[in-house]
Amino acid sequence: MTGKDKAVKTICYHCGDNCDREHIVFEDKDFCCNGCKTVYEILNQNDLCTYYDLEQNPGISLKSKKFDDKYAYLDNEEITHLILDFKDGEKAKVTFYIPSIHCSSCIWLLENLYKLTDGVNHSRVNFVKKEFSADFNPEIISVRKLVELMVTLGYEPSISLEDSNKKNEKSINRSLYLKIGVAGFAFGNIMLLSLPEYFGFEGLEKNIQRFLTYLNILLSLPVVFYCASDYFKSAWSGLKQKFINIDVPISLGIIVLFTRSLYEIISMSGPGYLDSLSGLLFFLLVGRWFQNYTYQGLSFERDYKSYFPLAIYKYVDGILKSIPVNRIEKGDVINVRNQEIIPADSILKSDHANIDYSFVTGESNPVSKNNGDYIYAGGRQLGESINLEVVKPVSQSYLTQLWNNDAFTKEKDESFESLINKISKYFTIAVLTIALLGFAFWVGNDFKTALNVLTAVLIVACPCALTLSAPFTLGSAMRIFGKKNFYIKNVNVIERLLKISHIVFDKTGTITYNQTSEVNYEGVEVEQDDFKNIKALAINSTHPLSRILAESIDENPDNISLDKYEEITGSGLQAEVEGDAYKLGNWDFVNTGEYSSLEITDATQIFVSKNARLLGRFKIENKYREGLKEIVSFLKSRFGFSILTGDNKNEERRLIELFGNSATYKFKQSPQDKLDYIIKLQKQNAYVLMIGDGLNDAGALRQSNIGISVTDDTSNFTPASDAIMTSNSLRDLPKFINFAQVSHAIVIAAFTISFLYNILGISFALTGKLTPLVAAILMPLSSISVVVFATTVTNLMAKIKKLV
Amino acid sequence: MSVIIVLIIISVVVAVFFLGLFIWAVNTGQFDDTYSPSVRMLFEDKKPAYPASPAGGRTGRHSKSQPSRQTGMKEKKDEDKKK
Repeated sequence: MTGKDKAVKTICYHCGDNCDREHIVFEDKDFCCNGCKTVYEILNQNDLCTYYDLEQNPGISLKSKKFDDKYAYLDNEEITHLILDFKDGEKAKVTFYIPSIHCSSCIWLLENLYKLTDGVNHSRVNFVKKEFSADFNPEIISVRKLVELMVTLGYEPSISLEDSNKKNEKSINRSLYLKIGVAGFAFGNIMLLSLPEYFGFEGLEKNIQRFLTYLNILLSLPVVFYCASDYFKSAWSGLKQKFINIDVPISLGIIVLFTRSLYEIISMSGPGYLDSLSGLLFFLLVGRWFQNYTYQGLSFERDYKSYFPLAIYKYVDGILKSIPVNRIEKGDVINVRNQEIIPADSILKSDHANIDYSFVTGESNPVSKNNGDYIYAGGRQLGESINLEVVKPVSQSYLTQLWNNDAFTKEKDESFESLINKISKYFTIAVLTIALLGFAFWVGNDFKTALNVLTAVLIVACPCALTLSAPFTLGSAMRIFGKKNFYIKNVNVIERLLKISHIVFDKTGTITYNQTSEVNYEGVEVEQDDFKNIKALAINSTHPLSRILAESIDENPDNISLDKYEEITGSGLQAEVEGDAYKLGNWDFVNTGEYSSLEITDATQIFVSKNARLLGRFKIENKYREGLKEIVSFLKSRFGFSILTGDNKNEERRLIELFGNSATYKFKQSPQDKLDYIIKLQKQNAYVLMIGDGLNDAGALRQSNIGISVTDDTSNFTPASDAIMTSNSLRDLPKFINFAQVSHAIVIAAFTISFLYNILGISFALTGKLTPLVAAILMPLSSISVVVFATTVTNLMAKIKKLV
Repeated sequence: MSVIIVLIIISVVVAVFFLGLFIWAVNTGQFDDTYSPSVRMLFEDKKPAYPASPAGGRTGRHSKSQPSRQTGMKEKKDEDKKK
């Protein structure tokens, strides 16, 4: 950038970006681009400027967002049918996922959409899920118009193939909320009705006492048969697989609590333990809720469908018509425009195409293709629109076939590995042994006491506090990670982080920057003016490499005029700048026939010549993320490393510099190769952490024991994985792994505390002194103290480890 | 003493009523999004720059989602633009 721009740092009134490239002043307000100004104008005309009062610069930058007739396919009834939730004459309802929703201004504007346009009756935003739903009248405003309006405002809905099999899924949390509510209701009321019992009101009339206890039974019925149902189911399915999970002792405890209470109440020998029972379930369910915390705005389950477009243009009798992507058949001729994704393997029918495969193969530079070339699905066309003849339908393409692999069909079942389930077997056996020993000890004297002891042990040993320790520790850790932009799918991931023995990195986009490259000049020494002229030349081309080159040169070529500018597709550029003839391009284009010391390598490079004399070349290399060296040196001693890349070998030297000789390097890896490599590692007993970013890593992410996808912006597409991480928190990876170990230690400490409670409780039980009152105090006390311990210590440790 | 039984029954009935309200709230999705409502309640519509609609000033409550009023407001706005 030039000095002139640096001096003034104006911030766009709409989006808050710097106005250094373009600066538009409108009504005394600064805007960074026309798009932002337009949004302001629209809002201003409609008296909606409250948008700017709620948050400062709330808008979404509209640079490089042009849609022309990108959404024309939404005029097709068949396609809109896939998107709409509901349509009946003048009423329609639609729900969009809008990744750019980010502040209260967004909510306000989107919910006031009806003021902006006719036909929208009502709109709502679910901020947590980043969902927008609207009731509208399709006869006044079409789906296309609605979407285009939203895109103009900067709220681009994500419409993909995924939407075609959208189901109205209800929040899983709802039933959990209901169960917590019912259990809490029963817990409170039963305790209230048991108060006379706690204080030992002897004078209470017998019939009132009976009435109260029977009312308790009534209240506890929904607790046992509704709230506890999940525990019974889980215990039963565990037992069927000959596996004692933690729900087995819980279920046992619940059943014993309930039957003994029933027996006591009906036989009028005591008031029962129904208060403890409902309290137990209430705490357990709260623990489950805390643990089930999910990042609803993120999706951990995406496959190629949410990357692929919903519709495509196909030639029908020579006319372009939009059809749903799923309906493409072999032999169809389709039209793909600038920035659109090629949905199926096909053969190029146009003369030339420039396809960006970075997301699919990891190859960072666009590939140029010529008429008749075979083109794999998943690439993004850059430049003018192209015609393609489809060879394979969408689901059988080279890329999408990856999802037919076994790794995707079987569920990653990790619950069996968790610490709690490992100890539950021993725990259950120990409790049963103690209970039976106690029974055997008393049975000689008095059968009734013996039975009491047996049931009391089972009741008091019900591992409530034990089951709460892990959810609250790991749940807190998960939230701490979330604050550091490391979003994990569930708490199991933390426990699995402990076991890693090998870390596999993808190169492109993961350890290198996605957008920026490093450009280095090699060759004859040249003057600054030459660079200026070269920039002037490069800036005129839309070729991605020219763009990179132009951006890398810090000169202002504004007042340089070009003569005889010519761009030769597939070769390079040439022009005369102030009398000197410059050529930029590949070796064959620039080579002047003279001897050159520059060796021709595989590296991405642009050669440059001036007046038919070779000057040198610009080498374009990946830029590695900052802080990588520190991570590597920290993790090197503990883990094995592998680097997988779809790129060729020309970065090998730099990779070795970074990761050293002990790491394994694999080049030119296809998505399938990556998956196979992970399987190979796992066969050698490695516990693999895979870090990747693109669709090409999807198989490997899925197969690995933990898959983390790295993204620059969490609203971008990320392939299915166990965790999502923003690229700048990659450097905190050692801290995350370290903190996973810390939280593991905290879980064990919390376990110990709950064991102590259990021992205390069992000693009451064995001596036959476990009165309902003792149980009613001991159980909530143990649960609450474990919860408090787990959450406070975890947060404290996070502070000590400088994670928050 | 039997009056206490009646009282207890009443108290439980009241409690069950509130439990029912809670269940209704959960089932209608009021717990699905726990963030947006907290922001939404603070939104305030600006006083319109043009004369208020016949029924008097717009209040936050009314202008939100009542279709009948919306159309009226839009017509007003269109007139404004023409000027």
